[in-house]
Amino acid sequence: MSAPVIWILTPFIAGFLILFFLHEHTSPLVAGGVATILAFIALIFPIDTALLLGTISIKISSSVQFFGRSFALNTADGPLLAIIYGLAALWFFGTQASGTANRFVSLGLMIVALLTASIAVEPFLFAALLLDMAAMLVIPLLVPPYQKPGRGIIRFLTYQTLAMPFILFSGWMLAGVEASPGDIGNTAQAGAMLGLGFAFLLAVFPLYSWIPMLTEEASPYATGFLLWALPTFTVIFALGFLDRYTWLHSSPQLSNAIQFAGVFMVASGGLFASQQKHIGRIMGYASIAESGLLVLAMGLKSSEIVNITFLLLIPRGLELAVWALALSIIKRKAYSLRFSEIQGLARKYPVAVAALILAHLSMAGFPLLAGFPPRVALWQELAGQSLTISFWVFLGLIGLLIAAFRTLAVFVMAEENKAWELNESWVQTTMLGLGTIGLLILGVFPQVLQPFLINLPALFDHLGQ
Amino acid sequence: MATNIVSWIAVGLILVTSTAMLINRDWRVSLGALAVQYAAAFWLVTRHLPFVMGSAKLITGWMVVAALGMTRLGLPTAEEEKEDTFLLRGQWFRVILICIVALVVAGSTPRIEAGIPGLGLQVIAGSLILIGAGIVHLGVTSDTLRVILSLLTVLTGFEILYAAVESSILVAGLLAVTNLGLGIVGSYLLIAGSSPLEIEEEA
Repeated sequence: MSAPVIWILTPFIAGFLILFFLHEHTSPLVAGGVATILAFIALIFPIDTALLLGTISIKISSSVQFFGRSFALNTADGPLLAIIYGLAALWFFGTQASGTANRFVSLGLMIVALLTASIAVEPFLFAALLLDMAAMLVIPLLVPPYQKPGRGIIRFLTYQTLAMPFILFSGWMLAGVEASPGDIGNTAQAGAMLGLGFAFLLAVFPLYSWIPMLTEEASPYATGFLLWALPTFTVIFALGFLDRYTWLHSSPQLSNAIQFAGVFMVASGGLFASQQKHIGRIMGYASIAESGLLVLAMGLKSSEIVNITFLLLIPRGLELAVWALALSIIKRKAYSLRFSEIQGLARKYPVAVAALILAHLSMAGFPLLAGFPPRVALWQELAGQSLTISFWVFLGLIGLLIAAFRTLAVFVMAEENKAWELNESWVQTTMLGLGTIGLLILGVFPQVLQPFLINLPALFDHLGQ
Repeated sequence: MATNIVSWIAVGLILVTSTAMLINRDWRVSLGALAVQYAAAFWLVTRHLPFVMGSAKLITGWMVVAALGMTRLGLPTAEEEKEDTFLLRGQWFRVILICIVALVVAGSTPRIEAGIPGLGLQVIAGSLILIGAGIVHLGVTSDTLRVILSLLTVLTGFEILYAAVESSILVAGLLAVTNLGLGIVGSYLLIAGSSPLEIEEEA
């Protein structure tokens, strides 16, 4: 059997079957189970290496041909696949607790399969098409059949669709630049096209207006999943570009442009988050700031670029899952998620509120939480390059911290004699508890990620070597 | 020579249909214009791709038009009236916008042909008109159907140009799926909210 069949075709078909044949109560368990099994296979069985189990020899071949092009997942992709499907399993298991519709897990599995295909397709440039297809598959998750689509959805669809032509065409232009590297005009045009494409995909300042709109108008859990899945694979795709065209990474102008884009995202995301009175929008701005950190990491002039980027990516999945789950639980009680409606809810939903605040603090880089170690690592590298950038990043994170304290203040603003209640179900309490423990473990013992991170630089030929 | 003349006719058709989609209030006319636009784009695509691959793009495009048309036909009349009122405004502004697009395309086409020889003036002009008209349309509307039509227009323009530089079957297939996906997503977004909440709860 080949790796693309296992990690692309199988989850896609599984998602399809779950959509049509499984009951709402069993589908999260089945989808979560499928994702967990795929994560374990990626962890245990190395791709393209023969394993002898008793008398049976097992070998997962790395590639498969499709319409004259190949989809390949190599040995180095194993830890990445384990991380991706492990985090996806977390999202799927949490579906029941969040009360999200059945199709979340089925479409979610298909989306993860398509996104995995985007890291497997060769030439890697075609990933832009698969990312666009995945973005389209997200739409039914965000807009239930009984709800009119809001402006955020339309804007999201528009930006994701516009990104694809820019990236595909820039790829073709970059090939021309490689042939004649001295042509400054061509280089600038290719760089501008590529920049625009990724600005649309990663929702770089000022193209991120759809994120807070979406967190306000759509289901928090589905939006959280989107904010985890798409940027994660877009970042891997972008790293592929930097690795394939080494002059992009070594160009000081482009590196500066990437860092400026990142700083704008972190600073504006943090500052806007501190001004919000809607906890859904706060999550949106926090994810923008987090994406800004990823962009900053990609612009580092250092060999640590891959390690720091992945160190940021893994806790992001956990933080967003916990945050989105807590928001979904709170949204059942306070539909609009505005400060005026969530006032004093800490006494009614203590577990959800605690998990939400911890996830928020983790994103703000609070010590002893999952977001702290990657931010320290990034800061250390940034401080060596530019103190101004470090200052603006600090300012953005302070903005997120202010937003966290404001949210906490509103949640605990209850009447003095009001009794404490536990309105979360045992499933919700368990999922939130596990997520929170995960945030603490990753914060206190970040070295647990080392076995996953150690082989990831091998994904790229030039970056991080 | 005859091929060149037909190609220029296709470019003219693209300009007319893009203008019709931008300024016309009736969704039927817009979808009809999109169908004609796909036929013109088909001709330009086959300048660089085999006939079969061009046909695949044409059929996909027409499938998208059919899907959107069937969906729109089933929507309540009130929606139609609302849209009509909205689009009455600024027709001359839209005409001026499309004139600007045409002027920019006329100016940039020979320069692009000089920079990337072999694409063909007609292919570049047709592609740029579609991309420009699509982006202009996106800028002046927030109506779901019109946004989808604009995105399809931009994608068609891009496909014409990209067909000249990339002839992979996989890319052609994925682009066809993207177009179909956009049509289906558009249909879904048009339907969303038109059925009452009770139906969802019963299901």
